[in-house]
Amino acid sequence: MHNEMEVRFLSLSGNEGFARAAAAAFAAQMDPGIEELSDIRTAVSEAVTNAIIHGYDQNRDRIVTMQMEIDGDELTVIVSDNGCGIGDIELARKPFFTSKPELERSGMGFSVMEAFMDSVDVVSEVGKGTVITMRKRIRHAN
Amino acid sequence: MELNAQKRGPRLSVQLSGELDHHSAEQTRIMLDTLLRDVTVHELVLDLSGMTFMDSAGLGVILGRFRKLSMRGGKLVVKGMNASVDRIFRMSGLYAIVERQ
Repeated sequence: MHNEMEVRFLSLSGNEGFARAAAAAFAAQMDPGIEELSDIRTAVSEAVTNAIIHGYDQNRDRIVTMQMEIDGDELTVIVSDNGCGIGDIELARKPFFTSKPELERSGMGFSVMEAFMDSVDVVSEVGKGTVITMRKRIRHAN
Repeated sequence: MELNAQKRGPRLSVQLSGELDHHSAEQTRIMLDTLLRDVTVHELVLDLSGMTFMDSAGLGVILGRFRKLSMRGGKLVVKGMNASVDRIFRMSGLYAIVERQ
């Protein structure tokens, strides 16, 4: 099976739930298990939250893009923003690291994405934006 | 996010229902901290059986309240985790610091 989708939405925190629901609805056609679906929802939530909090520094009038592709049993999710970018990607990916401790963030966003998806690639340029590409093989556990 | 609280002596039991993400984190944090202004609270029991979603923003809220209670010599207990909440608690190592009932 092959399928693709793309959604664009404003960088409002209320859209985190929308992105999770949209991702789950699209992935559902792969007949994933409950745990796989939960993993996708959580990873998408982390990537979109990062775009809103860090990429756009909580500006509410910017655009977050989520693209998804199904290729056989592999699901690809790409979350991108045109925000401030990440200066040190290696540091940003470290567990418990957060650039915004005042927001009481756990610093676990990238660790969660890595734990729940098979691969997480981050491409970022300071002043240009960030693209997070996550892949997961769906094992039809239902 | 819906919150129901009940206090018995030094124990404050709070039932959290709904989704705890970055969007609902601030409101949840404010509500919990308002309850924790009562300095006689030494044990916060979070009943998460009505929690349908949690990501790392939720971990931040729980860790923050844990720190608050630790500073006054109290403790934080979690219970009622569904499979997906349990999964993020396990992968983050949260069970190493908060008590599980």
